[in-house]
Amino acid sequence: MSADTGRERQRPIRCLIAKVGLDGHDRGAHVIARAFRDAGFEVVYSGLHRAPEEIVQAAVQEDVDVLGISILSGAHDTLVPKVVEGLEEYGAFADTLLIVGGIIPEEDRDDLREMGVAAVFGPGTPMAETIEFVRENTPIEPDESA
Amino acid sequence: MDRNDSGDDSEAAARNRRLVASLLDGDHRALARTISRIEDRAPGHRGLVSHLHPHTGDAHVVGVTGSPGAGKSTLVDKLAAAYRDRGETVGVVAVDPASPYSGGSVLGDRIRMGSTVGDMDVFVRSMSARGRLGGLSTATTDAVHALDAFGKDVVIVETVGAGQNEVDIVRTADTVAVVVQPGSGDDVQTLKAGILEIGDVFVVNKADMDGVDRLVAELEEMLHRRDAGGTAGSQFAAGAGGHHGRGLEADDAGTAESAGRRVDGTGSDAAGADGEWAPRVVTTVATAGGGIDDLVAAFDDHAQHLRESDAGAERALSRHAAEIRRLAREDGNALLDAEIRRRGGIASLAERVRAGETDPYAVAASIVGPIADCVDAARDGDDGGGETE
Repeated sequence: MSADTGRERQRPIRCLIAKVGLDGHDRGAHVIARAFRDAGFEVVYSGLHRAPEEIVQAAVQEDVDVLGISILSGAHDTLVPKVVEGLEEYGAFADTLLIVGGIIPEEDRDDLREMGVAAVFGPGTPMAETIEFVRENTPIEPDESA
Repeated sequence: MDRNDSGDDSEAAARNRRLVASLLDGDHRALARTISRIEDRAPGHRGLVSHLHPHTGDAHVVGVTGSPGAGKSTLVDKLAAAYRDRGETVGVVAVDPASPYSGGSVLGDRIRMGSTVGDMDVFVRSMSARGRLGGLSTATTDAVHALDAFGKDVVIVETVGAGQNEVDIVRTADTVAVVVQPGSGDDVQTLKAGILEIGDVFVVNKADMDGVDRLVAELEEMLHRRDAGGTAGSQFAAGAGGHHGRGLEADDAGTAESAGRRVDGTGSDAAGADGEWAPRVVTTVATAGGGIDDLVAAFDDHAQHLRESDAGAERALSRHAAEIRRLAREDGNALLDAEIRRRGGIASLAERVRAGETDPYAVAASIVGPIADCVDAARDGDDGGGETE
């Protein structure tokens, strides 16, 4: 059926929802994972307390289109750059849509965007908005950086 | 599926060559990308796997199956760590079901993979069943090929042992481990229903719980009966495909894949014939790492058994047979789907039947007939197939 619809993506969008660092609050990550699943995405959930290298390892091995990092600890300015570096090391940064959710102060958001974070979704963001953003910004045909 | 890659054929071929070269070079990203192309059935993925094929065959492929909650993921994690301790590299393909409603899925097996994180020599890939029938086993086997070609010493395939699809997947492994836990009689019931025949090693996980001894005893009794031929032999083997070599011919139904692998199990009808593998029961406490060494030893023994007896070659034969059959069927189905689309799609055909204009038999004949004619015509001239690629 969906194969008939021309140039639509043939594969479901693959996401890694990751909890990084010591913050143990994963309700938000769970809710997002469920919502993404219900939107038809394939969601790999990392589990709690992951180090940036583990996130990178998972993102590379799973070849995800989207990496969503949930951070509520305030350590985003140290953790996110490490993830970005790691992705770059494996040549996976350019074609991974990196989004961050959680408690990110307004004044830090521009810094994150400069690092390569496509969007920051704070508390109260309607789920539909996040899903829509992912749908619109995920590359249809992953490029052949390999 | 969009198979008309004729336009960018050479481009896809060049891309595949690059991808294969990087993969063989040990580039993780290339391996990941290759598995994605395989999983997506991207244009040209067949060529990709076919390039990889000469480099496969060295990995020991272990299938791990069992009911949800039996502790498969945790066990796989500990197994991967044990193999790493011996200096072997490990690939893991973890299959999770997809939601039948949205097609989406949450793949959670990675959560349990805590022992080997940060170690890139353990390559874990989660796969969603994506609601497709049969295709999953092709994608999984091909992903295993990719990991094998990449040079992984051991490749572990983990699936929920529910349904023919999943069973078909683990059947493609060299060694099949079935995980059960004490305290739910249902597990043994499930085993009776079809998984018992495929296990080379039975893992009683959570062996620190009550009821272990009973479960082990029950298992051993069932296995004894399975191998003792006679009554039990007919009971189990009937479903498993009868006689030696039968698996190679039994390609009638869609379930033929399932008959494919168990050439060796049906061989065990000939109870106690020397050189037969006697299924092992191993108890583990995966969370604490207990019994993992025994389990690895059992896998090693089985691998050695395959190498030293005919069983290995037989298993490889039936695996290739199942693969060929599956690929041929897939292409056949694609051909039929295209024909159905060309005739206005299945919905409009169904509507015509509903309106009483025709009947399903006539419609099916009108679709298949021309194809059969083409095949006949081609057979007279030249035997060349390959037009579907």
